[in-house]
Amino acid sequence: MSITQTKISDTIQDTPLNIAGKSFTNRFLLGTGKFKNKTELAESIVASQTQIVTVALRRIDLERHEENILEYIPKDVTLLINTSGARNAQEALRIARLARESGCGNWIKIEVINDSKYLLPDNNETIKATAMLVADGFVVFPYMYPDLYAARELVKAGAATVMPLGSLIGSNKGLKAKEFIKILIEEIDLPIIVDAGIGTPSQAAEAMEMGADAVLANTAVATAGHPAGLAKAFSLAIEAGRLAFLSKLPPQKDIADASSPLTGFLYE
Amino acid sequence: MMTSKEIQDILNNHDPKFIEDLAQKSRLLTQQYFGRTITLYAPLYLSNFCSSYCTYCGFHSHHRIERFKLTGEEMRKEMKFVADQGIENILLLTGESYKITPLSYLKEAVGIAKNYFPNIALEVHPMEEDEYRELFEYGVDGITVYQETYDRGRYKEVHISGIKSDYDFRYGTPERAAQAGIRTISMGILLGLADPAQDLFSLYEHLRFMEKNYPGVEYSVSFPRLKSIKGKDFAICDINDIDFIKIICLTRTLFPRVGINLSTRESAKLRDHALELGITRMSAGSNTSVGGYTLKNAEEQNPQFDIADHRSVKEVIQILKARNFDPVFTDWRRIENKVN
Repeated sequence: MSITQTKISDTIQDTPLNIAGKSFTNRFLLGTGKFKNKTELAESIVASQTQIVTVALRRIDLERHEENILEYIPKDVTLLINTSGARNAQEALRIARLARESGCGNWIKIEVINDSKYLLPDNNETIKATAMLVADGFVVFPYMYPDLYAARELVKAGAATVMPLGSLIGSNKGLKAKEFIKILIEEIDLPIIVDAGIGTPSQAAEAMEMGADAVLANTAVATAGHPAGLAKAFSLAIEAGRLAFLSKLPPQKDIADASSPLTGFLYE
Repeated sequence: MMTSKEIQDILNNHDPKFIEDLAQKSRLLTQQYFGRTITLYAPLYLSNFCSSYCTYCGFHSHHRIERFKLTGEEMRKEMKFVADQGIENILLLTGESYKITPLSYLKEAVGIAKNYFPNIALEVHPMEEDEYRELFEYGVDGITVYQETYDRGRYKEVHISGIKSDYDFRYGTPERAAQAGIRTISMGILLGLADPAQDLFSLYEHLRFMEKNYPGVEYSVSFPRLKSIKGKDFAICDINDIDFIKIICLTRTLFPRVGINLSTRESAKLRDHALELGITRMSAGSNTSVGGYTLKNAEEQNPQFDIADHRSVKEVIQILKARNFDPVFTDWRRIENKVN
């Protein structure tokens, strides 16, 4: 049990993250690309105690036992297959179906990307894909550009969560889209999982402090000198950020605010 | 984008510190965008019939070599051999003969290849958009087409006759393939044909044009250096290893997300070092003759170019792992291709 699941006082106690009938006590999701070997991936999963990992179907070597990435993911970890390589809704649907037929389950992270330079998600096609996949029985995690109108359409389409990008995939630039993610946190009732661009545990903590429900990271961990160490650091930072959010952070102010106001005596 | 003068200045800069800095930058970007992963592929030559006369090529129409193309049965044998080595990304090649290896022949090959490989790319004669669309819908995901040189004068000198002598038709090939829905396009220049700075500048412009207009395509580039064929020099490439590495690193810094291919034309030593510098895709266990994997012995083979790295796929995998790289066998799962 994580610290946020433990009752700290009468007013602070977290509930697990619930998605499509499953409960998760760990709010760190790990991507599996770019690792220099699969052992480091396996170690990162164990060290971070992540309960959801995302894998690109295009990288699952179904024919090959020793190189099959699925062999390195513990059975109690929930597999979230992503549709990397899909350029439109139809291709995302075909990839999702192939994943399900291949025994990879029905939890799908939709990635519809039609730009190989910036890898920005195409919100319009992502909305279409979400509706098609939900109708086909999938649990859908759409990766999206943080736009309120698009997020509302994703809710209507039946998405299980909304996954706005923090910044460009693999950029390690953190929460460049912070103001817009905040709006989604405020207005969208589904779990908000910040995905893409999160390069440091402190950036992940920042997302959690402002009320995100979970954070996904990949490049930062996979390309770190010690992936398992950084994976654990992410998990801890996400938990710290969650606890800070639950503890109701005091607002930031532009001018000094003395803790003993000069006029306090007037009311004594 | 850089000017050709700026590219020239970089190629002319021999300061080891400058080159090391460029290499460090290239390596950092590659690891950020690709991680320590290398995608493996292999070429498979289907036919050496060719109606083009390109002075530097082992298959050219005036070259007196035994011509042959694989039958369906022979394709199966060759493909099974390559697939059994562990290769899942296949590059099917032919000479440029519209008559002897027409669309129907290519489709036959693709139809057979689908039984062995999840990812199929073609390096064949340039075609029209509707032909590419037909191939895409039949299961082709990638097209490789190099302009060879962007210097029109030099292009005319070395591409003496045949369809390949049409510079503009070749230049428009990546665009026609992209319009047809092809997912991956590989472009390149043949180093040794013309002024490298000018050719690089034009390749970068071509690539930028493609990126802007067809952003959904995954691009990769190659920089084959002209090689001897059966020991005979057809042209001499004056790009030494230092310049070659600079070209790879410069390309990486300008195009962080674009794949960079390195074939077995290059030596094992150079390939092993280039891994760290910006390469993302490597061929392995290659043979560049028609039927070279299982049907013809070494004396009978007429390669398109001579191979320098003769290591098997298994050996390349071992080297990659020893150097802390994850070999990527599959980077695509076949889905039904449809143009929307």
